[in-house]
Amino acid sequence: MAGNASEKWQGGLLGWIDARFPLSSMWYDHLARYYAPKNFNFWYFFGSLALMVLVLQILTGIWLTMNYKPDAELAFNSVEYIMRDVNWGWLIRYMHSTGASAFFIVVYLHMFRGLIYGSFRKPRELIWIFGMIIYVALMAEAFMGYLLPWGQMSYWGAQVIINLFGAIPGIGESIALWIRGDYVVADATLNRFFAFHVVAVPIVLLALVVLHILALHEVGSNNPDGIEIKNNKDENGIPLDGIPFHPYYTVKDIVGVVVFLIFFSIVVFFMPELNGYFLEANNFIPADPLKTPEHIAPLWYFTPYYAILRAVPSIGGSAFPGVLAMGLAIVVLFFLPWLDRSPVKSIRYRGTIYKVWLALFVISFLILGWLGMEQPSTLKTLIARVCTIVYFAFFFLMPIYTKADKTRPVPDRVTS
Amino acid sequence: MKKLLLTVLLAAAPVWAFAAASHSVTLEQANIDPGNTQSLQRGARLFVNYCLSCHSASLMRYERIGKDLGIKEKLVAENLVFSGGRASDLMTVATHPEDAKAWFGTIPPDLTVIARARGVDWLYSYMRSFYRDPAKITGVNNLVFADVGMPHVLWELQGWQEPVITTAKDEQGNEVKHVELELVEPGLLSPNEYDRAVRDLVNFLDYMGEPAKHERRALGIKVIMFLLLLLVFAYLMKRDYWKDVH
Repeated sequence: MAGNASEKWQGGLLGWIDARFPLSSMWYDHLARYYAPKNFNFWYFFGSLALMVLVLQILTGIWLTMNYKPDAELAFNSVEYIMRDVNWGWLIRYMHSTGASAFFIVVYLHMFRGLIYGSFRKPRELIWIFGMIIYVALMAEAFMGYLLPWGQMSYWGAQVIINLFGAIPGIGESIALWIRGDYVVADATLNRFFAFHVVAVPIVLLALVVLHILALHEVGSNNPDGIEIKNNKDENGIPLDGIPFHPYYTVKDIVGVVVFLIFFSIVVFFMPELNGYFLEANNFIPADPLKTPEHIAPLWYFTPYYAILRAVPSIGGSAFPGVLAMGLAIVVLFFLPWLDRSPVKSIRYRGTIYKVWLALFVISFLILGWLGMEQPSTLKTLIARVCTIVYFAFFFLMPIYTKADKTRPVPDRVTS
Repeated sequence: MKKLLLTVLLAAAPVWAFAAASHSVTLEQANIDPGNTQSLQRGARLFVNYCLSCHSASLMRYERIGKDLGIKEKLVAENLVFSGGRASDLMTVATHPEDAKAWFGTIPPDLTVIARARGVDWLYSYMRSFYRDPAKITGVNNLVFADVGMPHVLWELQGWQEPVITTAKDEQGNEVKHVELELVEPGLLSPNEYDRAVRDLVNFLDYMGEPAKHERRALGIKVIMFLLLLLVFAYLMKRDYWKDVH
């Protein structure tokens, strides 16, 4: 934003810096004079929470790296060394393992916010796409991080997921071999996953988060009414329904952060395994390439896609259709801004048809998440197939039903 | 060779039947008391006397047990460390893996985090479910872990059990085999005393799986109290700032 030059503080250290680096103008552009709609509700906490969890993961990750050994012979024991012999090691480790699941919880809620208030719609398509790339990078980060404790679930989970690439006709096996660096998941795999988990993907994640926020601050935040607050400005060019992010939303987000930390602490201090959802019992058995566990399931945040993978019948003994469906289930999310043809953004002004479809989608996603943890049975596979169809129908029929839906008139100004 | 294989398979047939039944075994509740230091100390003694000759706990240090369970360092060195090592050593075993494999058919697993992998109820039930089985090399089998390679190490405490099979009909009219174990030869301890000893042992295994558990919970209460207090001030600050927003 222009016009901040006159606001620059004169003289002093800050003046010296401002003459060389846009410190004050960055402060104003992104915080003190970034005008956000005043009607943010509960759903708007999860963006700042995701950023906080990212910082938490990076900090705890750095401290874990100080004692972790990325070596198939030493990895499992080094984690237990952290849990026992490193001062506060258990706390750092539980914060990191709980943080991984917490990251997905806040990101899923953050994405759901976008879905109900149409935050992905024009002119925020790029914000959504950067966000989706963050989501995919986060999945890669979580998947590779889960191999590092080198327990049975780490090992066999990685084995199963990498083998999925093997289902690609023709080149699949070569790709799987290239990813593993060996014929089975082994020391080479552990080492490269460590490199990606600790260096490569975090750098990409941080860069994407910067892009996500820059794109957001370029167009401004959406709100629960789906109204552009920039359409109503006062004589100074400040949106009438906008309030400076700082201090209003910084003090509000602090409340959100504290509430989040209370729930986070309940898990970290009183139920770090969360009944096997955050840390699986089988992962306390060291990885054994010769003993396949009876039941292999990914951690909860991947299970909806895992259920889709298993729901799609294989053709000619090849699991490729399932792999394709799983990939498509994620890719289709990227196209959301162009699939939605409704004249309104927010669910507040949409008709019944969209609300019913959204409810069906959420229910299917949750059921798929549950089914992905279960052993398949005839009935469960049938339910998974129905939910998979609903999942895809939500997206593929969206251009039709969002157009057909009866919307209500949108007010000019935000409602409180 | 084929004949031999067939003989082995036939001999093992009754075992298969038990193995199939073992899936329906309901686990007994361990009801351990992690706050009971005496129980943990008794469990530690059982562990080093009966388990630590074959199983290692190679991620745990003797001195940590002393520190956490209130045992003086001198007593730890005298009563827990048998290998001629020091209290600061990890609890490893001298048994060679190759020997162990030859004796038991498998390397006895490290028990440091076994309670986290198996759960306390499973361990409690397992240690109470050994029974005589002449078909096995060790002479025993286990209801919870069919065909386990481990002998009944606590036999002198528990005595010997034998299976009693009863058949009943379920709601669909199918025959359901129900296996119960009967004590046929008493050991040094009465059944109640034996259950308590196993509970102590499992309590210790649970402690060893996560020595920081006690500290974790104690700290958690303080952290959450602090956060609740912080929440009050954070909310008051937010309310104050937002007074002029309408």
